[in-house]
Amino acid sequence: MPKDFLKGVKDEYDVVIIGSGLAGLTSANVLARQGYSVLLLEHHYQLGGMATWFKRRNGHIFDISLHGFPMGMIKSCRKYWTQEIADSIVQLKGVRFENPQFSLETTFDRQDFTCILREEFQVPDETIKKFFDTARGMNFYDDQDKTTRELFEEFFPGRDDVVRLLMEPITYANGSTLEDPAITYGIVFSNFMHKGVFTFSGGTDKLIGHIKDELLANGVDLRIRSLVEKIELTPDRKVSGIVVNGKRIGCKTIVSNANLKSTVFDLVGEENLDRRFVEEAKAVRLNNSSCQVYVALKPGEEIDYCGDLLFHSEHKGFDIDAMLSREISSRTFSFYYPSTRPDREGPGRSLVVSSTNANFEDWANLPGDEYERQKKDLCETTLDCLEQYVPNVRERADHVEASTPRTFQHYTRHWRGASFGTKFEGLAVSKALPEQVGGLYHAGSVGIIMSGWLGAVNYGVIVANDVDKYLTPAAAGV
Amino acid sequence: MNEGQIRQVIIDILERIAPDEDLSELDDAVPFREQMELDSMDFLDIVMELRKQYRIQIPEEDYEHLVTMNSTVTYLTPLLKDVESPA
Repeated sequence: MPKDFLKGVKDEYDVVIIGSGLAGLTSANVLARQGYSVLLLEHHYQLGGMATWFKRRNGHIFDISLHGFPMGMIKSCRKYWTQEIADSIVQLKGVRFENPQFSLETTFDRQDFTCILREEFQVPDETIKKFFDTARGMNFYDDQDKTTRELFEEFFPGRDDVVRLLMEPITYANGSTLEDPAITYGIVFSNFMHKGVFTFSGGTDKLIGHIKDELLANGVDLRIRSLVEKIELTPDRKVSGIVVNGKRIGCKTIVSNANLKSTVFDLVGEENLDRRFVEEAKAVRLNNSSCQVYVALKPGEEIDYCGDLLFHSEHKGFDIDAMLSREISSRTFSFYYPSTRPDREGPGRSLVVSSTNANFEDWANLPGDEYERQKKDLCETTLDCLEQYVPNVRERADHVEASTPRTFQHYTRHWRGASFGTKFEGLAVSKALPEQVGGLYHAGSVGIIMSGWLGAVNYGVIVANDVDKYLTPAAAGV
Repeated sequence: MNEGQIRQVIIDILERIAPDEDLSELDDAVPFREQMELDSMDFLDIVMELRKQYRIQIPEEDYEHLVTMNSTVTYLTPLLKDVESPA
């Protein structure tokens, strides 16, 4: 008989959280601490969403998205999780660029970037300062018409080398392009430039382990392998429950950490929503997906320091179509040295994860043989490229495998395997959902700014605040 | 609660949000953000904490009242006048 993953579940909760990405996990924790009964449902056997890892034979542990995030995560983890999690955050040493236009390493903060822009790119101090201040001063409610391309054109006309330096890491971090609103760039870039790039010491598995312990300590009912099929509404369009693994469970509110489009169209259904909202939701563009190649060296094999993140490109200028193409000319290597898991015993482990942005369509309909052949090809071309940074990598590698947009779709159930949520307009739709259905909230990767490690945690808190407001009876003391 | 008690409630919340800040020197007439590192998430935390402790709702359009200690206390006084002090 199959295991019942919902054994012992209650009939009713104050809040049901659909999906255990970082936004869903954080909403769950904040609401449980506020004293609500919370049920968290995850379809996969592991918590974390894109904050995830997997294990392979011979003790290899691959992190999907551990490198990296802005320093703001320290404060958010301390406030919404634990001091212990905040204390496990460490700064990455260096970000490296290798491309036909320049070759450099940086700590990726304002001070170092100012120096590089002045010394290596001969940009006047005044322009640099003005650019940083402009980016820093951007708010999400500011003018959204100006694109990132226009922002760069204003400050660095005709300098696609400068654009590359400023844009490549952000495209890697959140999938954004030069056509996205300048404010999305300004906000994310400034967050990183504050102090540089950070990561969790101990790996994603340790982090999610801590998070799980904390949720259980705060009384959250956690269920894996539990796929939500439907959101149940009352005739006057309020949330009344969900159907999960064929079972109905009642609830007063729902936080959907599923992809925005699947929340609206698969879980609620457009027949239950105003036509205008449906049109707006349909018009939301998803961000692209990704391919990754995972390379584990034999235990004890060490890599000479190559930086923590290395933006490698053979393409002459910065070109988003080229970055998305299956004809890969740009790759981002995350180097995971033995220090990634300092407590681990035995010979040191060195791993490399190569990431490239990718279009779902390029992979979606490949027949089985062709799909496998393309994945093999992706592994081989990645190893060819990696050879220049890790000599004899083929002989030293113990395990190599690839993931594609189809893999991301399988594990996250995101439409089109979107690995960075939606474009900017998704934020307004996400925020308007509770006006359509009483008690239904969405907290997930939307609008570019509410994406990535820090965006996800903070959006989870913002939405938890809205849920708390909805569940709190009229003001006392009146 | 009177104004002094409300001020203490805010100080207690700020101590939890920003444990590294020295609040003994806080100037009640100067914006919080000019004296300590507070961002928009921190203000959200203040709002959530007040709701949790006293069940008061502060709509987003009223967040502007939470700029200085003085303006915060003035804003909260009518909302909290009939509430017992925690101490």
